[in-house]
This record gives sequence, C-alpha cells and structure tokens, in this order.
Amino acid sequence: MSGEWETVVGLEVHCELRTRTKLFCACPNVFGEEPNTNVCPVCLGLPGSLPVLNEEAVELAMRIGAALHAEVRPSSFYRKNYFYPDMPKDYQISQYDEPINVGGHLDLPDGSRVGIVRAHLEEDTGKTAHLGETGRIHAADYSLVDYNRSGVPLVEIVSEPDIRSAAQARAYAAELRAVLVATGASDGKMEEGSMRVDANVSVRRAGAELGTRCEIKNLNSLRSLARAVEHEAARQVALLEAGGVVVQETRHWDEQAGRTISMRSKEEAFDYRYFPEPDLVPLAPDEAWRQRAAAAVGRLPAERRRGLAGLVGEPTPAQVDQVQAVVDLGLDELVVAAVSAGAPATLALARAANELAADLEAALALDPGSFAALVVLEARGELTATQSKAVLAELVAAGGGDPVSIAAARGFESLSDEFLRDVVGQLIEANPGEWGRFCEGEDKLAGFFTGQVMKATGGKADGKAVAAELRRRRN
Amino acid sequence: MSAAAAAGAAAPSAAAIAAAVRSGERTAGGVLDASLAAIAAGDGEVHAFLHVASDAARADAEAVDAAVTAGRDPGPLAGVPVALKDNLCTRGVPTTCASKILDGWVPPYDATVVERLRAAGAVVVGKTNMDEFAMGSSTENSAVGPTRHPKDRTRVPGGSSGGSAAAVAAGFVPVGLGSDTGGSVRQPAALCGTVGLKPTYGVVSRYGLVAFASSLDQIGPMTTTVADAALVLEVIAGHDRRDSTSLAEPPPPAGRSLDRGVEGLRIGLCRELVDGTAPDVAARVREAVEALAAAGATVEEVSVPEMRYGLSAYYLIAPAEASSNLARYDGVRYGLRVDAPDVASMNTATRTAGFGPEVKRRIMLGTYALSAGYYDAYYGKAQRVRTLMIEAFARAYATVDVLVGATAPTTAFPLGERVDDPMAMYMSDVCTIPSNLAGHPAISVPFGSGADGLPVGVQVLAPALGEERMFQVAAAVERAAAERRGTAGAGEAGA
Ligand SMILES: [Zn+2]
Repeated sequence: MSGEWETVVGLEVHCELRTRTKLFCACPNVFGEEPNTNVCPVCLGLPGSLPVLNEEAVELAMRIGAALHAEVRPSSFYRKNYFYPDMPKDYQISQYDEPINVGGHLDLPDGSRVGIVRAHLEEDTGKTAHLGETGRIHAADYSLVDYNRSGVPLVEIVSEPDIRSAAQARAYAAELRAVLVATGASDGKMEEGSMRVDANVSVRRAGAELGTRCEIKNLNSLRSLARAVEHEAARQVALLEAGGVVVQETRHWDEQAGRTISMRSKEEAFDYRYFPEPDLVPLAPDEAWRQRAAAAVGRLPAERRRGLAGLVGEPTPAQVDQVQAVVDLGLDELVVAAVSAGAPATLALARAANELAADLEAALALDPGSFAALVVLEARGELTATQSKAVLAELVAAGGGDPVSIAAARGFESLSDEFLRDVVGQLIEANPGEWGRFCEGEDKLAGFFTGQVMKATGGKADGKAVAAELRRRRN
Repeated sequence: MSAAAAAGAAAPSAAAIAAAVRSGERTAGGVLDASLAAIAAGDGEVHAFLHVASDAARADAEAVDAAVTAGRDPGPLAGVPVALKDNLCTRGVPTTCASKILDGWVPPYDATVVERLRAAGAVVVGKTNMDEFAMGSSTENSAVGPTRHPKDRTRVPGGSSGGSAAAVAAGFVPVGLGSDTGGSVRQPAALCGTVGLKPTYGVVSRYGLVAFASSLDQIGPMTTTVADAALVLEVIAGHDRRDSTSLAEPPPPAGRSLDRGVEGLRIGLCRELVDGTAPDVAARVREAVEALAAAGATVEEVSVPEMRYGLSAYYLIAPAEASSNLARYDGVRYGLRVDAPDVASMNTATRTAGFGPEVKRRIMLGTYALSAGYYDAYYGKAQRVRTLMIEAFARAYATVDVLVGATAPTTAFPLGERVDDPMAMYMSDVCTIPSNLAGHPAISVPFGSGADGLPVGVQVLAPALGEERMFQVAAAVERAAAERRGTAGAGEAGA
C-alpha cells in the first residue's frame, strides 16, 4: 500500500427550471402555494391523463447545454418505474439513453475543469411529510403528500468523477449555480430546493483504480455538500484502513449529526424497468431553435470574471477573491460602468466587494455614474475611507445622487493637519494610562484613540492620518 | 319489449335519428326516453351497462332540444344516444374500468371524445361493461360480472368492449364507443353483429381514455351501419393538443366515398386472416370477397406471413406498457385502499384485493418483460417484430388497396368456455392484433352468420390514414350482406 488517500467525487445536480408552467401540464410553476392547490389531472397522474411537453423547458435545457459546452442531440423520454407515494403515476418521466445534452465541461475559478457527462430533462416528484411525535419516517403516525411540486421541470446535470476534494465539490456547485442563474434557467435557490445535489464519493490511493462509491442524498446547501463529502471520505478511509470494505450504497446526510447514514444497498436497489415513454414523441429541436437557445444564454461567470480581472491588470490574491465576490453578487456591470466613467478599478472593485452586499437589491439598482463619482472623490483624498463608505450607503439608499453635495451636507470637508494634531494631543492628555500602554507596544490601543478622535470630530477625521499622527508621537 | 325484440334490424341509425331531431320531427328527449326504456326492459339480462347516467343524459337531451327550438343546429349527432365504454373518463359520472380498484372513482374531467360527442349533439346515456382495464376478449374479466350476448344469453359478446357492442346489438343505443388495443372494438362487434372500427393510431385523441397499452390503444365506434361509423369518426377524429401522439394532419375524410362502389379497386384476400379460422367464418369471408369481385373489384390472395408473430409480440408489448400504466393504482390518491401498517404493505394489499386475476397475470408478464437483463430479449425484440410487421404490410399494400379477412376466428363462444385457458382466450384476437401493432385502421362489418346462427364479421384493413378507401370497401361489404339477407333469408348454411 502506498501513496496518500485521494477523494474522488462526481456530482449529480437537480436544477428546477424557471418555466412559467410545469413540464407536462399547464399548472403554474410556482413555489410556496397551499398544499395540493396547484395541481391538475395530468400532474396528479389521474387515469386517462396524458403529458404534453413544455417547449419552454426544452429551450432552457438547451441553454444549460450551451452554457456547459455540451452537444444538444435529438432525444427521447423514458419511464423510470418505481413505487413511491409522492410520485403520482408511480413512474417518473425522464430521459435515459438519449439525453438532450451530452458531454461538456465546467471551468472553476481556480482554473480546474470538471467534465460533464450529460444534462437531461425530467419531472420532479411531490413532497411527503411524515407526521407524528418524532417527525421521523420510521416513527411517523401518518404521512401527507403535497403534489404541488409534481411535474415541475428539472434538468439533472451529471458530472464526471473529476472532483478531488470537498472544497472543489463546493466550488463546482457554486460555479454551476452561477452558470444556471446566468442562463436564466434557474433561480439557484438551494434553500427552496431549486437546486439539489447528490454526491458520489469514493476514495483511493493516489493513482490506483477508482474505489467503490457511495451516493449521498439530501445535500441542500453548499455547506452541507462540503461537510458531507469531507465526512464520507473520512468514513471510507477509516473503514479501509481498519481492513474493511466500502459497500456500494445510498447514504443520507444527517446535517445535525454531521454524518452519513445508510439508506439502501445496491442489492436493495430498484430495477427501474426503463422503457420508452409511449405517450410522448421523440424530441428533435431543429438547428434554428438550438441556435436561438444558445444565443439567449447571458454572459457566463467565468467570462465576467475575466473581464473584471482584466480591469485590474494583475490582481492580487485578495483581488481575485473580490472579483469572484463581485461577479457572484452580480455587481460586475456596476464596477465596469464606474471604471469606464473614470473611477480607478482597484478602489471600485474593493468598495463593490466589501460595501454593497448588505442591501444587494438596492446596490444592483445604484446609478453607476454616482458610484464612479464617489470612488473618484475618495481616490483623490477628498473623502476619507470612512466618509466615503457613509456617502456610499446614502447613495445606495437613494439609488444614486451627487456624492459631493451629500458629503457637504454631512459636513465632510477634510480637517486641517493642525486641528487633527491638537485633537490627538488633547486626547493623550485626557487618557494617560492608555497612552502609556500604547507606547509600551500595545498596538491595539490605536483603535481606541482613533475611535476617540472620530467621536470628537464627528467622523470627519481621516483614519489613516490619525494612525500616522499616533505613530509620529510615539516615536 | 324484450331485449331480443329490441335487437331487431329496425332500430334507427344514428344518421336517421340526428336527421329527425335536427328537423324537429323527433325530440332528443323522446329519443332518450325510448333508449332508457329499452335499457330498462332488456339490460337486466344482457348487463351491458355498469352505470346508466339518466340525469346527465336528460340534461344533454334538453340542451339539444333547446338548441333546435332556438333555431340553432345541435350538430351532426343531434339527440343520438351514445354508450361509452367504462374506461372513458366522464366528469361527474363514475369511471371504473370494471375494476374493484377504481370502485367509486368519479373523474373531474371529460375525455376529449366525450367533449366532441357532446359538442356534436350526442346524448351520453351511460357507461358500459368491459373486461377489467380492457384486458380480455369476452367481457368475462369484469369485476362486476359478465355481459351476455344479446342474441344468445349463454354466449359471450366478445370483448373487451363487450358492453358497448351488446348495447348497440340489443338496440339500446345506436352508437357505442369502445377502445381497441388488440381488437377490443372489432372482435366484440363481429361477435355481436355490429360494425366496429379501429382508426389509424393518432387519429382519435386518447386524452381521457384510461390507458391499457398506450402505443396500441385507440378509441373507435360501434354502430349498426358503416355510414354511422364514418359519421361518428368524423366527429371524434382530429388533432388534440392534450395528446402528443394525436396526429397533426387533418383526419382522413371518412365517409366521402361510401357510395362510390369498388369498381377497379384491388382487394387482397389475406391468407393469414382466413387460414385457421372456423370453416363457417372462412366461408363467409370468401363469399364477401366474391361479392366484391362481382361488384367490379379485382381480387387476389395475399400473404403477410409476419402476422404469425403478432400475437407473441403483442403479449410482450401490451403487458409491458400495462405494468407501468397500472402502477398508479396504489391506494394513495383515489379508488380502493386496503389499510396496512406501512405504505409498501398498503400498496400490496390494495393491489392484491383490487385487481382481478387476468390483470395481475399481465402486470406480472409485463414487469418480467421489462426487467433488467430481459428487456432486449423481450420488449426490444417485440418492438422489432412491430417494425417487421409494418414493412410486411407495406409490401402487401404495394399490390392491393385493402386487405380483407376474418375479424375473429369463431362466432360468439359459450360463457365460461375459455376463462380457464388464457391461450385460447388470447387466440380470439389473432386476426385483429396486426393492425394495432402497425397502427393501421381496420373495420369489422357484419356479413351473414355462422353454423350456429350467430353473426360473423368481415374485416377490412387499410394502410395508415387509409380510412376513406377502407370505408369505401366496408360499405360495399355491407351492401353485399344486405343483398344476401334478401335472397337467403334468415337461415344460414354452414361452411
Ligand atoms: Zn398540472
């Protein structure tokens, strides 16, 4: 036995499509209605009902394919047969060996590339609630099923087992989410179940054959995904090092306990008895339709990151993080517009990355011209960082405005150096103990003095100038 | 009035009723009264109906009469009483497929064919008996008990649309709707002595037809005349956006050429649809073909050897699709539920109690045929047979316009004769299955009777969307049958 343990992960991501109606009927595709009010004979699977394919879902699936560099192919639907109470027909209409999107890849911010096997269309199931004293399935007194979600269109995106760590798994899911949002196919809301992740995890010694994998279900946040992969890989390594074997099975992630639990083994796996869905006809989008779908894909996150980073020149690691944050927040267009209006890129990027996440909706509506003017004022030293942030908050709240007049209204003119020296001197006299400790090397007391200066000047002092004055006096 | 009396040939056709109602000569209410009276008098013995929807029918009839009074045209089926097989969904009226598992289920919607019938002025009288989920050829697989042949109560009416066939043959209604997956309209029509049509797959919407085998199922009318079958087809045919398999092109003009005769048409006497049928049935088929030749058609004998594989392929494809289509009857949402400690046990208990033996047999056959490792050998191979069948038909239609043969191998058989012998029962559909596998239209027309005095059906088959030509020949067969009744009288010689 040689080599370090290596984690191998492939992800299956189910993405709910943001269509107006469900995949096979005219019921609205909405979230959060009263149970069983958003249903019809088709999505309830009533006897005699028949599915009719939603073309908007096909369009969005093709956009996803284009964004993942997949090949859009003629495809067909199959029935996946198994009994489950939240599946009204006791089969799921899905794509099988002829999926709409084949192949492709996703490039991650760290430069790594994860291969895509396929991205196919299928219908969602309803939801079962197990009711009783414990709320757990085995002890439930009874169950209730809500079929509102039944028939909601999904695209299942299956990756190659190219992922090598929990962090990379998380980065893949985050990037995929950003891509799905950029295509307009998904709202990316994991907390509402719009995007759900299953992870196939195995471990091996570096360079060895792939190990036996376990599939982990119920990963409904990026954090859960990373934790589950981490814990599952560790479980498998511990098992193998103790001389055991990994059994191929489906495991459930228990978020509270922080561990995976066996659901069913391969021997208990269903035989889905796939066969071509006779109620639907083969799907063969023509070239014009495929091109329309591809053209409708918005700019993808990787391209937007490249564009933003290009403004900075050679970004530092901190700026790489800022670029990713700004693109994730969707604020890159604001920054680009501010820069072309004359704002320095590094400062515009920093302010957007750090100051605008709190009220994102308002920030996205901010007038780029006002943002640019503010950044220019700060860069010229006409506003301190503290003052600039205060003015920015006001601009965001108002959707824009003239930063010069806001600063004037707040009395934000620069303080003279002489006045600042006087204030600092008075504060040192008033707080001799603190000053003594600062002079002996207790640097954090700089914050105390800065705070006192700000209080005395109504926030008008420049923090950097205060720090410089304190250092000057100590030396 | 006894059912036998009601079964007399004097019962008016749908076309005649509609003409009388449209002209004001009769009222839809009056027509309905006569129909309900015939049912009340005769159906106790025949048991064609599972549910007579008197109130809903009365409302339909009143709407028709109101339209006539107001000077509006109620449509081509004005006031025509129609019986629907109980696998066609009817809003507010129970739809059970003659199964315990759907006992008490009332659909919240109408099948497309029901909407179209009503829009054409038809009056829906009730729901008819059938083999459970359309699985059978005698209507003995009904969970509610069998339907009896209107002309001989010891015999079956055929199936699975036996209730609709018997209702028409008994004179209760002039039009019945059935579904034909492997012959379930044509075979009971032949046995009961009515016309029975299976249209080209996709011509009639399946929306609201409770699925048995989706790639084979097609709704069709049972009537007393060929012209009525064409009339009803024209009403129910046409694209339906709710059925993805319904054809986009306009339906063939079914009734346009009924009176054109068969002069110059090329008729193929299909060897596989004569060989192996009872001698009296084979004799009637040959006589029908001779009559067509006498009317000016050219006749040649044609062989489509691939038909021999039809039954085997059908009994893989139909059960496979059925095993999936019938999965939804699980006790969770509607119909029967047998309580048990957990969901899986409840599913099993419900399905064990709710399905009859033939349905269970086919679910098991179909589940097996689709299992991992067996799919290619069974379902896959059966689908390839289907392709071969379509190619074989195409070769035959290169030399002839239509094929003619028997609809069923025998006349109506005694109740109970085949219930314990599934293979013998399955053979009842051997002549009708090829058209379902190919998706082609076919029609059964009564032509004389067998040695036992019971009706024989002659089947006319045509290529996809060849309804017009098929009806043209069917009408000629019907005229020949009428002539032969005129000369030979009621007594029929054997083979
Ligand atoms: Zn719906």
